[in-house]
Amino acid sequence: MAVTSAPDAPAEAATRQIFMSQALHEALDEEMARDPNVFVMGEEVGIWGGAYNVTAGLLEKWGEARIIDTPISEAAIGGAAVGAAVTGCRPVAEFMYSDFMGIAMDQIVNQAAKNRYMFGGAAKLPITYRAPFGAGTGNAAQHTQSLEAWFAHVPGLKVVTCSSPHDAKGLLKSSIREDNVVVFFEHKAIYSMRGPVPEDEYTIPLGMADVKREGSDVSVVTYARQVHYALEAAEQLAGEGIDVEVVDVRTLYPLDVDTILASVHKTNHAVVVYEAARFGGFGAEIASQIQEHGFDDLDAPVLRVAGSHSPIPFSEPLEKGAIPDPERIAAAVRESLQGSR
Amino acid sequence: MYRTMRRIRRFEEAAEVAYRAAKMRGALHFYIGEEATATGVCAALNEGDFITSTHRGHGHCIAKGARLDKMMAELYGRTTGYCGGKGGSMHIADVASGNLGANGIVGAGVPIAVGAALGSKLRNDGKVTVCFFGDAAGPTGAFHEGVNMGSVLNVPVVFVCENNQYGMATHTEYANAAPVGDRGPAYGMPSERIDGNDVFQVYERAKVAIDRARDGEGPTLIEAVTYRQKGHTIHDSKGYRDEEEIAKWIAQDPIERFKRAVLEAKALTENDMQAIDDEVEEAITQAEEFAEASPWPTLDAIEQDVYV
Repeated sequence: MAVTSAPDAPAEAATRQIFMSQALHEALDEEMARDPNVFVMGEEVGIWGGAYNVTAGLLEKWGEARIIDTPISEAAIGGAAVGAAVTGCRPVAEFMYSDFMGIAMDQIVNQAAKNRYMFGGAAKLPITYRAPFGAGTGNAAQHTQSLEAWFAHVPGLKVVTCSSPHDAKGLLKSSIREDNVVVFFEHKAIYSMRGPVPEDEYTIPLGMADVKREGSDVSVVTYARQVHYALEAAEQLAGEGIDVEVVDVRTLYPLDVDTILASVHKTNHAVVVYEAARFGGFGAEIASQIQEHGFDDLDAPVLRVAGSHSPIPFSEPLEKGAIPDPERIAAAVRESLQGSR
Repeated sequence: MYRTMRRIRRFEEAAEVAYRAAKMRGALHFYIGEEATATGVCAALNEGDFITSTHRGHGHCIAKGARLDKMMAELYGRTTGYCGGKGGSMHIADVASGNLGANGIVGAGVPIAVGAALGSKLRNDGKVTVCFFGDAAGPTGAFHEGVNMGSVLNVPVVFVCENNQYGMATHTEYANAAPVGDRGPAYGMPSERIDGNDVFQVYERAKVAIDRARDGEGPTLIEAVTYRQKGHTIHDSKGYRDEEEIAKWIAQDPIERFKRAVLEAKALTENDMQAIDDEVEEAITQAEEFAEASPWPTLDAIEQDVYV
């Protein structure tokens, strides 16, 4: 994997280089220390330490009352989080793969997302549903999907992604402190990416995009692992004299439309990149926001680079071909500029 | 318990009248004939204990101590209702009193009840959660996952299946390969079938299960056998039940059985019960007047309370 470093080191603070999985682990550990109502539940979160080692060691530290191994029962995990939250807890419920959330969909969509509203504001549901998503691991069609658009479409849910250890920790801490239901997606191909994380405590507010690379010619708007592919494309294009700005939206809902529009206002060109199937994907919402609110700034149509309209295939060349890569992102950037150069 | 059963019965009857007078809309699922189950179970609960309810939830709500006026106003869609008019009949909740909500999704309350009980276990707050669900939830995945997980995690929850014989027009024996009340051994917990129309038996058996849960001994599964005297909803005029069956169960009406029992035992007199009836009637009239006089919500409420 070409992904090796995060570009967002805070300059002044003392930092360490840690894996994204470690950053997430620290967020959980710190929030459990901060608030006794926080607990973690899910399949293999305890003895095993989580399918991607995020919860490793937490059982030993916090005990089985707060690090709860559940049976393989996604609906019960999703629903137990609702019951625990509405009665005063702050559950972090992990789905081993976001693909398994289909089994819990009623609990997430009809219960968690709607209870507060249906009850006239009389309930509070501080739930964080964590879920690994995305392709690149060779795990084939039922362990690699990018289903974030399903959740971003449901009023009552907030949807968060992260592209670096720094963002992962700060955003997960904020998500746990949220009094709303957050679906927190972690791209499984970047758990082992290292990056600088401050020694001191910090959080990152939800609803704030981050410009991961400043540029003047084209805005590439994306999130999660595709941020790194966009940065690679930007490096390639720099050699051609094209200056790309990379906007990591981070939170899908609420979406920081202002930061996206400010970037497009500067560059007059927008390419939206997402790994999910192109048709009906979350990038379509980003593209629509740009044309609704930034039409006068555009010198070219908003382009999309996205996944193929297929399940994620197993074989390595097929899997690679089914999702965006730096070459295709670079090609879209050149295409966007063709009209104005 | 007589007062609670009468409050449920008369609330449902008054709601039907109001609905037919076009004062309400949507769906109404009446609890008439099943009053002894909610009443007996909730009488065995402490204040502050939790319940999860179902789409046929008015009875649970009243038995848990809800105000009739705020319930009626909710059915009328008014701002003064329990949910400010955003939930309606199928989503009445009173979280402050421990009623975690009616539910439009059959079986969905089972995992939620397990979570509430899990929270009690974490906080060690001594509370018990009762999960009401119908026989038609018996075939759902949420039932199986939730009951199994409740047992695995040994949380203070009591699962109360109200077998009212029908899920819409589908008979319980068609939908459930084995009665819900027989399934305890499959989940490592005690289970039993009880007479859901005998409020005394319901109270006694629920008390045993609730005490057991409160003592940390784990969940119990109770199947209360009862009967839905009315149709599935107010709009049900389908002829899938014969008159003989309905008549047989009306003869087993829980309120009438209670009356016969207390008169025979000389525990209450006709006059005692008449006084309660009059008091309930007064409360129903007040609830209707309150609902009628309450304001409609304004459109700015549409996107309020989606998030905190």
